[in-house]
Amino acid sequence: MELSDYKPAPVVKLDSLSDVNDIGKPWRYEDGDYTVTRTCPWSPPGCHPVGCGLKLYVNEDGRLEHVEGDENHPVTQGRLCPRCITLKDYVYSPARILTPMKRDRSERGNADAWEECSWDEAFAIIKENYERIVAEYGPETIIGMSGTGREGGTMSLYPTMVFGTPNYCYMQSGYACYTPRLAAAAYITGSTYSEWDYAGALPDRWDDERYTLTEVLVMWGKAPLESNPDGFFGHAVVDAMRRGTRLIQIDPRVNWLSARADIFIQLRAGTDTALAMAMLDIIIKEDLYDHEFVEYWCYGFEQLAERVATMPAEKAAEICQVPVEKIYAAARMYAKAKPAAIMWGLAVDQKTDGMQNSQCIIALQAITGNFDRPGGQLVPGADAGHNELGFGYKECIPDELFQKMIGMDQYPAYCNMILNSQCDLMLEALETEKPYPIRMGFYMASNPLSNTSMEPKRWHDALCKSLEFCIGIDLFMNASIQATCDIFLPIATTAEREGTVFTHYAPCTVTAGFMHKAVDCGGLPSDMELAYRLGKYLHPERFSKWANEHELVEAFRLGVENGGKTFDEVSKCVVAQVPIEYYKYEKGLLRQDGQVGFATPTGRVELWSTAYNQFGEDPLPYYIEPEFSPVSKPELVDEYPLILTTGARVTAFFHSENRQIPYTRELNPDPLLEINPKTAQEKGIADGQWVRVWNMFGEALMKAKVTDAVDEKTVHGQHGWWFPEQDGSEPNLYGTFRSQINNLCPNGHMGKLGFGAPNKCLICNVEPVSESYDTDMNLIWEKFGKLV
Amino acid sequence: MTAYGLLIDYEFCTGCQSCEVACKEIHNIPVGQWGIRVLDDGPWECSDGKFNWNKIPTPTRLCDLCVERTDKGQQPFCVHHCLAGVMQWGTVEDLAKELEEKPNQVLFVPKPYQY
Ligand code: SF4
Ligand code: SF4
Ligand code: SF4
Repeated sequence: MELSDYKPAPVVKLDSLSDVNDIGKPWRYEDGDYTVTRTCPWSPPGCHPVGCGLKLYVNEDGRLEHVEGDENHPVTQGRLCPRCITLKDYVYSPARILTPMKRDRSERGNADAWEECSWDEAFAIIKENYERIVAEYGPETIIGMSGTGREGGTMSLYPTMVFGTPNYCYMQSGYACYTPRLAAAAYITGSTYSEWDYAGALPDRWDDERYTLTEVLVMWGKAPLESNPDGFFGHAVVDAMRRGTRLIQIDPRVNWLSARADIFIQLRAGTDTALAMAMLDIIIKEDLYDHEFVEYWCYGFEQLAERVATMPAEKAAEICQVPVEKIYAAARMYAKAKPAAIMWGLAVDQKTDGMQNSQCIIALQAITGNFDRPGGQLVPGADAGHNELGFGYKECIPDELFQKMIGMDQYPAYCNMILNSQCDLMLEALETEKPYPIRMGFYMASNPLSNTSMEPKRWHDALCKSLEFCIGIDLFMNASIQATCDIFLPIATTAEREGTVFTHYAPCTVTAGFMHKAVDCGGLPSDMELAYRLGKYLHPERFSKWANEHELVEAFRLGVENGGKTFDEVSKCVVAQVPIEYYKYEKGLLRQDGQVGFATPTGRVELWSTAYNQFGEDPLPYYIEPEFSPVSKPELVDEYPLILTTGARVTAFFHSENRQIPYTRELNPDPLLEINPKTAQEKGIADGQWVRVWNMFGEALMKAKVTDAVDEKTVHGQHGWWFPEQDGSEPNLYGTFRSQINNLCPNGHMGKLGFGAPNKCLICNVEPVSESYDTDMNLIWEKFGKLV
Repeated sequence: MTAYGLLIDYEFCTGCQSCEVACKEIHNIPVGQWGIRVLDDGPWECSDGKFNWNKIPTPTRLCDLCVERTDKGQQPFCVHHCLAGVMQWGTVEDLAKELEEKPNQVLFVPKPYQY
């Protein structure tokens, strides 16, 4: 982006906004007794980088008194979800920790054994242990454990520059979240995830002359209203629907959008790839594809046609257990609409053949000519991204060390592409000390025992046993830190920090937002600042080129060293739209060499994938039956008659967060298991009754929500549950293992490239229990309701 | 006296609950009490195979229509934050006209009643 691009995005007013409003206000202004700071928040609290416009009202004493949505934001227009509306309660929560703490290793798991200490002392303890462990075992025995949605999880500089380890590890089996989709897109098209074009980057938004309204939007295994996935403002879907966009919804679970879709395909969980192949087959056989795009810009069309012919609609209908007419209707409706787009969600990643599912969806987008068409799929250009993924590797991780990354031998496609150790093999390394022991850890915005990791008890035992030293970095105590850490470092909320927020984690960015600091809660650092301070303390030579943390943000996020801009030059616009181009493949804007076409070996969208082939994967898509399903495991149907799907989001929580905020907890006080009325009746389960749900991997206690949102063969379990109001000490650990649906989800069932996990397509059984574990909201209110 | 109300387009209300939380924040309402509640009808399947699912945000007897804000010319706090942008505040007279223009809306005219 040029300096001139960092200008306040033009405001498009919502009809419901009154004439008295704050449109046109600068980044900071006075309003009565308040100083108002406009900001685009991005963590903590966690959220994908949407950066919904916020106005923070601070009184004369420097206290945040009022939070309101900022109507100057071109996409969110003043609207907020419950988590930012309650930001004040998060900032001043009595459960927040504002001082570093230490605890003797022998006291791990004892919530009462923490002692407050100074930052200097905490850093000194870290240095002593860090240097000892590096000297004794080597830097590769350090693991940086990351989660999702908070900035800290995206900061490769934590493992590389601060601790010098190649083992940056996202803690979910098979990295089954977004990254498999990014990787598939990168292998096949040369650019990463192509987002639906919702006019977010256009000055006049939906009415912009360059835009064409999407005629048909396919929502594939995605519930964006609740999840705001990867920086996409979910309710933009509703904005489009109100203008006339029609929906096709593909999901085993009914959500609000399914009830508003022209076609809703309620397929059997995990069978999406069969459906996608059949849709391709129909579109090709009925000659509904874009001949010109296929001829000029695709590679391997004939081979793809031949392959998908092995999955006629009739066969897919049987596999997916849906009426065959619906498959025909959906394929035709999608292919005939111009423009049309597919939003492909987390469900695509959470199955063993997720990479094939992605491959098919990308092929659908390509052969219908919807790539880089206004209102179609926006393709990230050659200039996308901010050099963040690789940050710090070159200087701090010599090749020999880099090659020691866990999983490098078995899953080079995974390790080299995303610069992460392969998660499932990391668990094995922790358990077996092979190929080498893992001795030190630190949390990068992750709570694996309550949320990120599958079979969390296994992780718990492995981490407790292997790690000689572990650092917790967070705002609140949680089960993972309580069980495994020796040091706690507190960090700032989004209201207390500066920083950047690029939607969609940089590729397909439509808005560039900036965080401005409005309040101070004791000089706490953001993750970025902490990395700078701690990194400088441990490795002064690596950080000496930056005078302060501010300059690190500029290097890491704004690419100042490669011609980017400084924070002060650009941040006062608060939010700018990122200039976009359509049809980049015709203009030489996708490839680093400036040639036309796509950034793949053939210069085309590779329907027959050179990269997959090179990594030993089938170059063409194929369907595999979920490993744990009534079809693949008929012998287990009596024992586990139900299909288990997990992980649908709600607006109240960001994964395991916000449970200690009374107003959000009240929206969803208990961990819910959705079960169909007929199934519930058969099993003698009443609505609101507690149930035991179990399978061969583990069990959980949840509260039944009897609903038609799932069909008779399926149940859905909420994820991310722990109970901050409960006893934090071992063995209870805030009840994290009691209602933990991840107990039922295995590790080690990824696809050939190391990606994917079956978290949305497993099997289980359910029975009622007589006890009740209902949350007492009065207790939550007493404990957490009084702000400090 | 002019009557004011909230017009809600329930065809597009997604049940996000921002209105509920916004109302509690601005009025400091303790847990267990609400100024507006999103009632939930669905999902249930109709004979044609389509699902019915409507969310109906219903002001309670604690809703004062954010008179402090509207007196200053601002809109109610729930209206400001509604994620789907389906809430409108105005005079009953104006809002009633809008009711005629688009189906699947509901008009509430709340007033904290005392018994
Ligand atoms: S989606 Fe919600 S939590 Fe995320 S930035 Fe927007 S309002 Fe805040
Ligand atoms: S108008 Fe005000 S008082 Fe009434 S429901 Fe909305 S926020 Fe609450
Ligand atoms: S905020 Fe708007 S969309 Fe959300 S539940 Fe309330 S009325 Fe419905």
